[in-house]
Amino acid sequence: MQDSLKSSSYQQLEQKSKYTNMFLRWFLYFILILFASYFIFPLYVMVVTSLKTMEEIRQGTLLSWPSGLNLESWAVAWGGRGYGAGDTFLRPYFWNSIKMVVPAVFFSTFIGAMTGYVLTKWRFKGDQWVFLFLLFGCFIPFQAILLPMARTLGVLGISNSVVGLVLVHTVYGIPFTTLFFRNYYISVPTELVKAARIDGAGFFKIFFKILLPISAPIIVVTVIWQFTQIWNDFLFGSTFSFGEAAPIQVALNNMVLSSTSVKEYNVDMASAIIAGVPTLIVYVLAGKYFIRGLTSGAVKG
Amino acid sequence: MKTLKIEDLSKNFGSTEVLRKINLEIDEGNFLVLLGPSGCGKSTLLNIIAGLETINEGNVFIDDYNVSKVEPKDRNIAMVFQSYALYPSMNVRENMIFGLKQAKTSKEKIEQQLEKVSKFLQVDQLLERKPSQLSGGQRQRVAIGRALVREPRIFLFDEPLSNLDAKLRVEMRREIKKLHQQLKTTVVYVTHDQTEAMSLGTRIAIMNHGVIQQNDTPENIYNKPSNTFVADFIGSPSMNLIKGILKESSGEISFSVSGSNVEIPIKDYEFIDKSNLNNKEVFFGIRPEHIYFKKSNESDFEINLRADLSEYIGHEQIMTFDYANQEILAKFPSTIKIELAKETKLYFDLTQTSLFDAQTEERI
Repeated sequence: MQDSLKSSSYQQLEQKSKYTNMFLRWFLYFILILFASYFIFPLYVMVVTSLKTMEEIRQGTLLSWPSGLNLESWAVAWGGRGYGAGDTFLRPYFWNSIKMVVPAVFFSTFIGAMTGYVLTKWRFKGDQWVFLFLLFGCFIPFQAILLPMARTLGVLGISNSVVGLVLVHTVYGIPFTTLFFRNYYISVPTELVKAARIDGAGFFKIFFKILLPISAPIIVVTVIWQFTQIWNDFLFGSTFSFGEAAPIQVALNNMVLSSTSVKEYNVDMASAIIAGVPTLIVYVLAGKYFIRGLTSGAVKG
Repeated sequence: MKTLKIEDLSKNFGSTEVLRKINLEIDEGNFLVLLGPSGCGKSTLLNIIAGLETINEGNVFIDDYNVSKVEPKDRNIAMVFQSYALYPSMNVRENMIFGLKQAKTSKEKIEQQLEKVSKFLQVDQLLERKPSQLSGGQRQRVAIGRALVREPRIFLFDEPLSNLDAKLRVEMRREIKKLHQQLKTTVVYVTHDQTEAMSLGTRIAIMNHGVIQQNDTPENIYNKPSNTFVADFIGSPSMNLIKGILKESSGEISFSVSGSNVEIPIKDYEFIDKSNLNNKEVFFGIRPEHIYFKKSNESDFEINLRADLSEYIGHEQIMTFDYANQEILAKFPSTIKIELAKETKLYFDLTQTSLFDAQTEERI
């Protein structure tokens, strides 16, 4: 008697917990969808606006669907209208940015890897101080170095050039890249370096043959970080370059803000997307390594 | 010619003295174990022999040639590390021949060496694997193989077994012993495990606080420890050190503990210095395994002690006795039944004792 009573009450409890679980699950999805739409909303507005004509923009609402696949504003943003003075378009500046970002990312990552290698595997007297000062570099606000850097570029004769921007971004990136690589290499056993020394490998051989081949995760992290930082930088670009040497973010600003005629929202939106696409591509391609690299070392593998 | 000779070697890191006036010599084919508690400087000494650490004072000779300032790769040594230190991005083959390639050895010679060593260590089936795909024992073998292919004059081992589990450790220990018997190369081996040291070494150098306490054969280390540190460090449980006084009357020497009227005769003990023995404060050392429950030698000394504690550990038991308020540990087969809190008749094996000066803690 008692047993059957017990089993029926267990059944009730089971049923109840099933409903609770179902409710929680749906609630979870609801919240997730809500947040996802919140974050995707601006992108949606940008994409649909860039596909509309100015006529549609004036008449429709922000959210309304475009009448068709109108790519004209994209063409204008990328290649201009074809008349001379005052026509700003992104193509040349996009290539400026590529010419700036590729060497700057390469050099800052490479130098960071080297510095991290030296700071962990070839310890020397006062190396903690060197590291401390490098760390300090991470906390110096961009604005603080504008004047001295402008002077330096002037002396070197590379102000208002892509080369100058490469130098600025490389120098400013080294503290961050060093920090990344140092923290990665510190978990690599120093016995590896000792073994390689006994095997007869020198400073560079150990770096290129032993350490660099196992650095893929942290290289990806550093490249993504540096690429995003440098590509999205506006301050250095606008301070140390103007006119033809400007990177894409500066050109975008000039396009959107200094338009003399009517505000062309469709062209502005298309330009903004073009300026943002490369970082998105880098994230999509290397995203899964990014997470892996950030958490490596946290879990013993 | 000494294969390895270390002369007045000192090393400090900043103001910390790590090694103090180390002198050491090894003959060809010997297996020297550097044994000591952690922080005693044994690993630093090994790194100095390898050339991975600089020297503050003194010299290192390999085959009578002063190598104090010679690069590790030119010292004709090979080293096996605790973490194996296999290059993670290379497969077993590349790992093993990396050193030979650096030394610009000819292709034929490399292949020949690789084949010989990989067969010998039974890793010839694993050549294409990455270190991450190997088991602990296999990694250990590859690490030894990497050292072997270079045919060094001296092998250096830095706690190579301490990352393995207990069972594998015993297996690998035997393999290293076999390896040494077959190859007869000179070995310097660092460990903190006394069983490893005893079973592997032809000589053991016990270190503490950067000083070599005793450098001797395993038998002498065990039977004739040169000071109380060595006596205490070797053996499990360690040697009983009973504090008391020596008495000398008409040529007969005896040992007694204050608070007890038992006098233990010291007859056949080989004193290093026989002078001034009367009323000397000493430690009387006897190992737990040399205290018997049944009389086994004519010279065994009979003594009644109270049993205080019994620790059963399977094949044997460790009993704690009270000897005038000093604890005496003894090891018996677990079949013997001893009642606690009662006087028990025991026998000290007087052929197996050590005496130490209570002040200097040195053997007398």
